[in-house]
Amino acid sequence: MGLHIALVGNPNSGKTTLFNDLTGSNQYVGNWPGVTVEKKTGKAKHDHLPIDITDLPGIYSFSTYTLEEVIAREFVESGDVDVIINIVDASNIERNLFLTLQLLEMRKPMVIAMNMMDVLKTRGTLLDCVALSKQLNVPIVPIVASKSQGIKELLQTAVEQMGIIPPLPMIYNEQLENVIVMVEKKLKIDVMSRMHAVRYVEEGGIAVLGHIIDPIFLAQLNEEVEKKIAFKNIDRDMVISDEKYAFITSLVKGVTTQIKEKEKYSLSDKIDTIVTHRILAIPIFLLVMFGLFSLSFGPVGSFFKSNFEWLIQEGVIIPISSLLELLEVSDWLYSLVVDGVLGGVGSVLSFLPEITILFLTLSILEDTGYMARAAFIMDRLLRKFGLSGRSFIPMIMGFGCTVPALMATRTLESERDRRLTMMITPFMSCGARFPIYAVFAAAFFANSQATIVFSIYLLGIVIAVLSGIILKRFVTKGKISSFIMELPEYRWPTPKNLLLHTWDRVRGFIIKAGTVILVAMVIIWFLQSFDFSFRMVDDSVNSIFGIIGTKLAVIFQPLGFGDWRSAMSLIVGLVAKEAVVGTLGVLYGVGEAAVDNPELLSAPLRTMFTPLSAYSFMAFTLLYMPCIAAFAAMKREMNSWKWTLIAVSYQTTVAWLVAFAIYQGGLLIGLG
Amino acid sequence: MTLKDVKPGQVCVIEGIGKKSTLRKRIIDMGLTIGTTIEVRKLAPLGDPIEILIRGYHLSLRKAEAAEVFVRLI
Repeated sequence: MGLHIALVGNPNSGKTTLFNDLTGSNQYVGNWPGVTVEKKTGKAKHDHLPIDITDLPGIYSFSTYTLEEVIAREFVESGDVDVIINIVDASNIERNLFLTLQLLEMRKPMVIAMNMMDVLKTRGTLLDCVALSKQLNVPIVPIVASKSQGIKELLQTAVEQMGIIPPLPMIYNEQLENVIVMVEKKLKIDVMSRMHAVRYVEEGGIAVLGHIIDPIFLAQLNEEVEKKIAFKNIDRDMVISDEKYAFITSLVKGVTTQIKEKEKYSLSDKIDTIVTHRILAIPIFLLVMFGLFSLSFGPVGSFFKSNFEWLIQEGVIIPISSLLELLEVSDWLYSLVVDGVLGGVGSVLSFLPEITILFLTLSILEDTGYMARAAFIMDRLLRKFGLSGRSFIPMIMGFGCTVPALMATRTLESERDRRLTMMITPFMSCGARFPIYAVFAAAFFANSQATIVFSIYLLGIVIAVLSGIILKRFVTKGKISSFIMELPEYRWPTPKNLLLHTWDRVRGFIIKAGTVILVAMVIIWFLQSFDFSFRMVDDSVNSIFGIIGTKLAVIFQPLGFGDWRSAMSLIVGLVAKEAVVGTLGVLYGVGEAAVDNPELLSAPLRTMFTPLSAYSFMAFTLLYMPCIAAFAAMKREMNSWKWTLIAVSYQTTVAWLVAFAIYQGGLLIGLG
Repeated sequence: MTLKDVKPGQVCVIEGIGKKSTLRKRIIDMGLTIGTTIEVRKLAPLGDPIEILIRGYHLSLRKAEAAEVFVRLI
């Protein structure tokens, strides 16, 4: 049996960095039982002792009942945890110690990892970890997570702490302490009795979390507490937190010394005087967004893309197809492998470099702390659209992939804000939709590709904003959430964190290409090669796909693309949006060649689309229902079939109407 | 007066926090307890939310929330 460690700490305390230090790439991402909050577990070793480490969600406190706080508390309470590592940001010690005190009240073996000691030093502050450790009765190991310093000592101490429950420091004054002890004795809860008693003093009421206790007894107890606690001149729910902070303030005063004059403005403050400046903030914000996209989809992205395409073509497709020719396999097998599998999957994979750069730049924005500033700058504006500044982060992430973006809405506290954000986040054009625009822009707007693609992204944003204004009035009424958000110090992102973070997301894209899309491509190849009596057809219009597609195409006729192939590609796009291009490639029989040379797909596309209907098609693919993976994520996150179906019906209706307006409007003014 | 009325650059002390609510609990848990000093650092470019410095870290909150925090200038 190994050791199980839980990693607990505030957001922005360096928790993820420490987790990466401890476990390296040896990480497993799953979900917490019953909910979709990501659960990260990793393996480490100390003197041949196998150690499992679970990274709990970053929280400020255990008391406000957000989903993440509940998960963290339940996990610590569950008994699976042998030792807690509490990471504390030394440069923000008072607020961080608040969580520490709550953890101590859980009465578990524990060690504090005191992070950012280097930051503290540059501020001219000395922190006496030995004295602090004595006062809290918990071992403290100073670490610098970003430089992987102190990690071995930390693990060593954690192993030594196994089975040792530290005695509680005297946090509260005597009167309050007596009340807590009284409640603890009377409640008679065997696990974490202290924590439950403190919580009861704080909140009272007729229930104790997760325990069935006689309500009459609780009502009496409640009254007793009410009477005894009246000594303090503030409300009962404030008393505990107030005393904790009072304890922390005097504690910190005793263990820190200022050896040189503290500068009034830190480097981070100085950066912020420009970045969140009254006038400069918005231009800088726009510049950052522009940089994000031009890096991913501009010259840098396309440079990597063309080289990568060459690699796929020369390294994979050509060798395999020549091998098949050499083996003289039958025509259908050759067609399946080369046109179906290699063509479809290849055309999707060719966008890997651009998507990697996008994910990497998004990670940089997150890790440096700029995302919080963007939320700060945009809050007022977004509120006009019924959203919150915090909706901004999921919306930006939506440009990468809708699935993690939907999950990121968890930082929004109000159910109303969350639901609204989830309904419009899919309008942010995800990376998988980019290949569609790229192919169509190349075929129809050769001289203004960048402008056309940009206008599609802009269209998504405009539709999202308009949707916010409309939906906030009609669909989702309710109170607006709060916006209490930390603006963390700017930090240099560590390469290791960036790479792990980006790899996490890119891996998902590759796995999808290798599994879902691969299977989809094989099925499509089959459906477009055979008819209903399973005979191979010469002309795919007579295939199963062709027959269904021809019927479906009627719906899309008024939008300018009534061809069965485009209709079917949209249906396949529900599996994964990037499959739209692959499908068109397969259906037009240019398969693998489309990867090497987009011009090959351009020619057949030009026979089916006009520039106007091509643009209408791009708008439709941008706006209609997101892929199955995003749909499933939305269902999980909204936890309601009704709202999920409302959301996707809304998105698809909007897509149809916008495409209709573009095509018919365009015809009216004589385009196309 | 409330935190909402404090101008950037001014320093104040918390004297009380509005009605009992989850919002109040959250505000307190972030370290805004009675007697704590707050420096208002700036307003967002569009005038709301505000940025404050408390217990050595930066926090942003909307004016509507700041209106719940009663303060005295120092």
